[in-house]
Formats: sequence, structure tokens, C-alpha cells
Amino acid sequence: MTVTTAGTSANGNVSAATASAAASAAATAEATGPQSLTMAKALNTAMADAMRADPSVLVFGEDVGMLGGVFRITDGLMAEFGEQRCFDTPLAESGIVGMAVGMAINGMRPVIEMQFDAFAYPAFEQIVSHVAKMHNRTKGKLKMPMVIRVPYAGGIGGVEHHCDSSESYYAHTAGLKVYTPATVADGYRMLREAIGSDDPVMFMEPKKLYWSKDQVDLGALRVEHDAGTSTEGRAAVARPGTDATLIAYGPSVPTALAAAAAAAEEGRSLEVIDVRTLVPFDDETVCASVRKTGRAVVIAEAHGFASVSSEIVARVQERAFHYLAAPILRVTGFDVPFPSPKLEHYYLPSVDRILDAVDDLQWED
Amino acid sequence: MTIHADHSAPETAVEDQAADVRTKFGISVEDYMLPARHQIQMVNPDGTLRSHDEQGTEPGHEYPTPGDSELMAAYEQLVVGRRVNDQNSALVRQGRMAVYPSSHGQEACQVAAAMCLSEGDWLFPTYRDAVAVMTRGVDPVEVMTIFRGDWHGGYDPTEHNVGIQCTPLTTQLLHAVGVAHAAKLRGENTVVMAMCGDGATSEGDFHEALNFAAVFHLPVIFFVQNNKYAISVPLSHQSVAPSLAHKAVGYGMAGERVDGNDLVALLAVMDRAVKLARDGSGPLLIEAHTYRMQAHTNADDATRYRPDSEVAEWQAKDPLARMKSYLTDKGLLDAAASERIASHAEAVATQLREGLGEDVPVQPLDLFKYVFAKQTPQLKEQSELLASELARASSGDTDNSGTESAK
Repeated sequence: MTVTTAGTSANGNVSAATASAAASAAATAEATGPQSLTMAKALNTAMADAMRADPSVLVFGEDVGMLGGVFRITDGLMAEFGEQRCFDTPLAESGIVGMAVGMAINGMRPVIEMQFDAFAYPAFEQIVSHVAKMHNRTKGKLKMPMVIRVPYAGGIGGVEHHCDSSESYYAHTAGLKVYTPATVADGYRMLREAIGSDDPVMFMEPKKLYWSKDQVDLGALRVEHDAGTSTEGRAAVARPGTDATLIAYGPSVPTALAAAAAAAEEGRSLEVIDVRTLVPFDDETVCASVRKTGRAVVIAEAHGFASVSSEIVARVQERAFHYLAAPILRVTGFDVPFPSPKLEHYYLPSVDRILDAVDDLQWED
Repeated sequence: MTIHADHSAPETAVEDQAADVRTKFGISVEDYMLPARHQIQMVNPDGTLRSHDEQGTEPGHEYPTPGDSELMAAYEQLVVGRRVNDQNSALVRQGRMAVYPSSHGQEACQVAAAMCLSEGDWLFPTYRDAVAVMTRGVDPVEVMTIFRGDWHGGYDPTEHNVGIQCTPLTTQLLHAVGVAHAAKLRGENTVVMAMCGDGATSEGDFHEALNFAAVFHLPVIFFVQNNKYAISVPLSHQSVAPSLAHKAVGYGMAGERVDGNDLVALLAVMDRAVKLARDGSGPLLIEAHTYRMQAHTNADDATRYRPDSEVAEWQAKDPLARMKSYLTDKGLLDAAASERIASHAEAVATQLREGLGEDVPVQPLDLFKYVFAKQTPQLKEQSELLASELARASSGDTDNSGTESAK
């Protein structure tokens, strides 16, 4: 297969030819107006659109080719773009990430899949020592325009090593950006933005939301992307409210929304913030909400100790202390190894546990 | 940009390769992949040329002798490399560099690894491969920046196609694989040299890199400098394989052993490997037998783990003395040429002394400048904090008890 079109290499060694306006226009034309879409399809469409628009975008990993990935997120990409641009690798995660580093050095934009959260650990050295540091070490001469997609977190009854919330490891590593979408539309817009970014992005996909559906206007999202709209560092107000703020991200956003809906029935108005990108973090939107409501609960599936949720609490109290009517509370996974399927519902943040935390926000004062 | 690589199905690939090897070399694919029974060695330690029968070559493992001009150019780099190693060790003793892992004794390997490549090719070196990096054309002072301590890398990797000298062992081999893969997808004829040491062959990334390169049939040359020790641990604790070159066959690639202190043999083997790789042979593994004459770094004490007699034995196999004697006997190296080469080496040493002698002012705010292509608000805030500290320090106001800190 031969693809001839424009290159947008971050490292500047791909010669540009003609732009792929035609392909992009064709993709835009096929879907206009809202349609029912799963997050899986939104992510898949984002990759396909990015591959149509830029021949330097490559997709590879374990089982992503013929099979379309164990979650089918790369379904059809090998058929459309050929096995040069979407292919299976040997079963070795460090190899996948390390090879992607070399490809990024040499003009490509790799989008790679780690099959499951806990299977990404063999690649940790490459991620921490090279993906995160290459730009810094070379004073920007070598950029790392790559996306590492990680299906993560629980809620699907997975066996051991298939349900870890590993986002805090990456968020703690200087030099990585960490995105995690919670809605179908964000699945598309955030993955497109990640692929277009000249920075390395850990793209954490809440696997329990892969099959969640929403009415989404792909045509509008494409126009939005082409216009350069950015969600990086921009949290979303997922539900407005006045009495307290629930701060959530990724898989916890729907749980927080359900809690807010239940609280509304009892006459309590909760605002839900979807953080969207953990790195960079949107201090402004989160703190504005807390200053308005005066109370906050942070919700995350990951262990609470030394985690993204503890970082959020620290940042908010540093910036909004005088607006707080109560200590900021957290509802997180317990500090135990991720439980087996029949025990996971005791571990995961639940609507009841969130409502209990809200009740503890010193309303009587 | 055009992408047109052919990832053929594995079964077909194996058959093709066997047929290819039989046609090209007249031997079985196993005999092609296994290293020759003896290491390739062309010049004796005393500088005399070995007879063809004694060079270790076999059918399918034949090596043409490099041409005179290539030998002379390589010798010049060898002399420069030795001078650089010794100059840098002196600069460490004087406190001008934090550390320097010297390749004294391994310079022939360093020179050959760089000289066998063409302009568009890539080199992925380790921390001990400064001489290879310089031989590739990178400015000596920029090469040493990493050891001077004002930044983690001192040169632009894209200027001479040389990766930053890598410290985490064998992680750079995968970057070499990725560079080769990207080039292949675009139909470019790039060969990539991936360097590591004997101890590094125990790392997982060594295995993953060789396997990826073989599966994707990429033009990568894995070049192992077997200097016998990983800091203090001898090779016998790393591997009990017949040789490190034998590991190649497990990945379906060809392996070869070469005398790493014999620049003539090294050039012959490396040149052929580059040609094979460029012509589509896929990856190759070359093991060079050499010796680290000095300690791991200035912080190491080599007398704790190896006897002086062993060091003396390798002293007699010195690559520089051997090459000098060979070229002199061959009538290529006369007093005038020797003098010219020596003054070239001295000029580089002077450049290093001057470049590393001056105190380059560090730029603290650069800490934040190169973390991301697109800056984050958090780093902007932290950068402003450091900037205000610096401003206070430069205005002499170190007492911040009464000053309003930047919000």
C-alpha cells in the first residue's frame, strides 16, 4: 500500500507533499448530525481520522491488527490503512514503547496500545527514562509525539492484572501528559488532540466506559478539531450545582453524576467536575467551582495514598482554603491490591459512599 | 511521504531467507546465522598480517581487506580517540568533568562503529561510546557536556544522526529499531548501528530489540563490545552461551565474532555487515572481543576484581600499537604522516581542555523550558517562582521575611 500525503513530523524530517483535505472531507461527509455512538467507536474513529489526515500516524501493539484489539478499539484500521500503518508486534511491551520512541525520533507519530493497565509495567523504564525525558535531555531537538493508550481501571469484573488504576504513576512522572476521557465525545476529541500533540500523552481509557453510548455529532467534532479547539488542561463542568463539588475523572465521572442525581432528589445540588486531563491539571476550573460551593469531595478508583486524588486535595486547599466550609474529603479505592471480581464492588467508589462523604461535609455548622 | 514496506507473513519470510542465503553464500541458513568457528582476526598483536587461512574466515563468512585510504583515515581517528580518552581522564582528575567512562583499549571498536556508516545512517551509542560519537562528526566539547554536568545532553541528535549517549543499558537498542523501522516504512535506505556492552546482553531490552529487528526484518547492526566486565562482574556471570554472537541464531539473524582490538578486521566485518543490512539481509549481531584497560569510571577500583597480569596481557594486544606497526610495515605510515596525525589529536585535546576548562554559566530557567513542547500552567508558575528567587538573589536581598512572595 502506498500513502502519499502531508507529513506533520514534530522532528521535522518528513517531507511534506499534498495535504489530505480530500480524505478528511470524505470522512466528514459520511456522518453529519447526532448519532448514537459508543466510546469504543469514538476512539476508533479518532484514530482512523488521524491516520487519514497524516501518514506519519501509525498504530501498533499486541493484537491490534487482524483482531482489532482485545477491546476492538483498533477494529478495521489494518483493513483500511494496510499492515504497514496498523500492525501487530511481538508480545513485548518495552519493545513496543522503545520502538515507538525510535519511530518518533525518525518522523512518525506512533499511537500504541498497551493491552491492559497492568501489562504496561514492563514498558515503565522506556516510559519514565525516555518517553518522558527525551525532549528535556535534547533541549527540544527530539520531541516525542506519541500516544500510549492504556485501557485502565475496574468495573468490568476482570481478573488480576486487568483492572489496575495506574494513572498516578504516570501523572507523577515529569514530562508526560495524562489524559482520561469520561464521555463519548471526549473520547474522540481528546484522542485526536493527543495524536496531534508534540508531547507524549498517556491516554488512559476507562475500560468500563468503552461500551457506554451517547448521541454524538462526529461532523461537529471534526470541525471542532480542525479549528484547533483544545481540551488539554481544561476541566469540564459535567453537571452544574451549588452546594458542593464532586471532582472526578475517567471511570468515576458517571458514578459522580449518578451520586449528584441521587442527591438532587434529596434537595442537595452537587456540581460535578470532570477533570479530563490529569496533566496538565486545570486548577482554575476546579478551584472556581470549590470557591463557589465551599465544599468538595474528590472521587477516584485508584488507591488514595500518594495518588492523583491526594494531589487534587492538596492543590485545592492551597488555593481555596478560605472558601472551604469543611475539609475536602475523598472517596477512593482502598489501599489494597485490586480485588478479584466478586470483591471489586466493595473496593470501587460507589454512589452510596459518595453520598456518605457529602453528608460528612459539616453541613450543621 | 510514501509508506510502502512489505511485512510478509512469517512462514514466507523464513523460506525466502533460506533460499536467499543459499543463493548468495552457497551455505545453509544455519551456517550463515552461526558465527564462524573462530573470531575474525586479520592483524596479529605484533602488527603482522595473518595469512588468509588464519583469519578465521569460512565459506559464507568471507571478508575483503579494507582499502588503504580507509585504513589510514581510521588510524587517524584511532589516535585521536586515544588522546581524547586520556585527556578526558585528566580533566576528571582536575575536577573539570564529573565523571568519564573511558574506552581506553576499545578505541578500534569505537572508530569502526562510526566509520562503517554513511551520512544518512544512525548511530545509537552508550555512555562509554564518546569516541564513536566524535568519530561520527559531533563536536568533542558538545559530546562531553553530559559528563561536564550542565545538561544531560550536549548535541543535537539530528545533526549527525547520533542518539544521545544512553545510560540505562540496552534501552537505546529499541530506539535504533524504531528509527530503522520508520526509515523502512518510508522506503529509505538507512542502516542503524546499535551499540552495547557484554553485561548489557543480560537485559530484557536486548532480547526485545533483537527480536523486533528480526521480526520486522530491519537493517540494524547490533554491535556488542565484549570488554569482559560489567563494572566488576565477569562475562561468565552474564552468560554461558558459546559466545555472545551465538545469540543471533535464536532470533533468526546472523552473528559474527571479531577481534575488537584489530581495526583492520573490525572495519572488514562492519563494512560487510552494513552492506548486507543495506541490501536487505535484515539485522546482524557482531561481537567484538576487547578489553576495558581502565576502571569502569574514575569512581571505580578495578584492582578489586581483576589481576594485574590480565591487564598486562591485554596491554600487549593494544589496538593502537598494532595498527601503527601494521601501517608502518605496509609503508602507509611515515614520520610525516605520524606527526600530522599526532598534531590533529593534540588539537582536539586542546579543544577539550579549553572547552571544558571554561565555566559555562548554567541557565536555571532552562529547567522548565524543555519539559514539554506545549508548556503547562503549573510549570509556568514554578518557573516564575524560581525567576523571582533568582531576581532576589541577584539584587542581594536574601532576606525574604518581609517581601511579598509571588502569588
